[in-house]
Amino acid sequence: MRFDKTFAPADGGSGAASLPGAASVTPSRPKRRRGFVDRALTPRAPISARAALIAGLVVWAIVLGVWSLLTYGGVMPDIFLPSPSAVIERGISMVSDGTIWPNMWSSIEVILLGFIISSVVAVPLGLLMGTFRIVQAALEPLVNFIRYLPVTAFVPLFILWIGLGLSQRVAIIIFGTFFQQLVMIMDGVRAVPEDMLNASYTLGSSRRDVLTHVILPAAKPGIIDTLRITMGWAWTYLVVAELVAADSGLGYMSMQAMRGFQVDKIFLAIGIIGILGLITDSFFRLLRAKTAGWAA
Amino acid sequence: MSAVMNKPVTEIAGAPLLEARSVELRYNSGTSSVLALDRVSLDVREKEFAVIVGPSGCGKSSLLYLAAGLLESTGGEIIVGGEEVDGPGRDRGMVFQAYTLFPWLTVAENIEFGLKRRRMPAAERREIVSYYLNEVGLAQFGNHYPKQLSGGMKQRVAIARALANDPKVLLMDEPFGALDSQTRATMQKLLLRVWDHSHKTVLFVTHDIDEAIILGDRVHVMTARPGRMKATVKIDIPRPRSLDMMLDPDFIAIKRQILGLLHDEIDEDH
Repeated sequence: MRFDKTFAPADGGSGAASLPGAASVTPSRPKRRRGFVDRALTPRAPISARAALIAGLVVWAIVLGVWSLLTYGGVMPDIFLPSPSAVIERGISMVSDGTIWPNMWSSIEVILLGFIISSVVAVPLGLLMGTFRIVQAALEPLVNFIRYLPVTAFVPLFILWIGLGLSQRVAIIIFGTFFQQLVMIMDGVRAVPEDMLNASYTLGSSRRDVLTHVILPAAKPGIIDTLRITMGWAWTYLVVAELVAADSGLGYMSMQAMRGFQVDKIFLAIGIIGILGLITDSFFRLLRAKTAGWAA
Repeated sequence: MSAVMNKPVTEIAGAPLLEARSVELRYNSGTSSVLALDRVSLDVREKEFAVIVGPSGCGKSSLLYLAAGLLESTGGEIIVGGEEVDGPGRDRGMVFQAYTLFPWLTVAENIEFGLKRRRMPAAERREIVSYYLNEVGLAQFGNHYPKQLSGGMKQRVAIARALANDPKVLLMDEPFGALDSQTRATMQKLLLRVWDHSHKTVLFVTHDIDEAIILGDRVHVMTARPGRMKATVKIDIPRPRSLDMMLDPDFIAIKRQILGLLHDEIDEDH
């Protein structure tokens, strides 16, 4: 493979590269064409967008290829590993008879409820913890203790307290994400440079101004990143909750499928979770790009 | 014509706008305590460009943070415009050594930050912003974001942002300390020009003697550990000034004098 772009040495980070005139500087050294392999093996050297795309597709192709080989080639019995087409067929049939929707909706409902309730409290509280030392001092010891407790250990307790049902699963998601969000948001807020707060004070900001016009916008990209990352964890807790005790949902669907040896159905459930996770991830990436593009 | 004086100079016109009276700053950590500033006194007159020069660790930046109200002293007082400093306020604008532009705001939005906080009407804000964008030579960059600017340009915006807010006194904490020497010279030229237009009262901290002399009306020389005021040197070089004046015999005489004051200090240390 050959890529026809010449290697451009990384800009020294002067920040002036985007200014007019800066681009017209011609290097005194003759341009040297570097091979793809040479570039790929140089630490942090940029690669072309095309190379990046191809690399990503190749890995996907390998995974799908191996899967196909194992199934269509008869290496693995289809009772353990379904073929790609079996999973797709199962998906089509569950969509056409409508049985997929209640499960999907149930999972989405639980994760959205749990995640939103958790975030609505964690974002302002995390901001306060990162801003006011007294709030941090009061809450951090407890939060740090709780966040190391495995969520799964609380499942029996929640079943006992709340019973089986939607609110029990929502509680597990809240418990799994809330304390992590709190600490991550607090750390992000604490990382806002002190002199940035100082500068705003000397420009006449009140303490409230500093919170709303400096800390909040400065911490925003970090908060969105925290939400994106903890959303990924929330999906994990969702499945845990549904595997243990649920009467609907994608995890429940998998559990039922296991009992009937419908491996294709398990694969379908996993695939759907992956796609839904990708959608939420993309949502937060987009949100970050739209509302905090400056921090790209 | 220059003179070394151990007392505040009296022949400079204008009332003292900023006065530090026996300011002491002591850092306590556990059982030990470090004296950073030992009874430092100085005054800055209205429309004066005052410079503090001293070796690193002499507490000159701390003195500026105290004047800004961003640090609390452990003794003495600082009076600005007749009132004792008690916390930060917009009457004391500051330019920091670190880049402190708000990265989520454009250059123009950064400059109008203080104006917006006091709810100035948009039309008035626009006028002030465009004036100061021009003053610092960034008229074309109003809609750029800080990350698109070089270090020197960022500091020009920081200066514009502080001046646009029209403080009584502008505190500058080694604002060109992080810049390469050529950019530094450009910035000194720019600051001289901007100051000739505004005659803003300035208290400027640097460890660069050339910078101190070319910019200042008076240069206050500080000693290190604990920081004390050693001497005040009046700079009688006429204005408007240019950087070539650094080669004038007058300039060199003053430089020799200040170097002598600082070297005494270094010799005493060893």
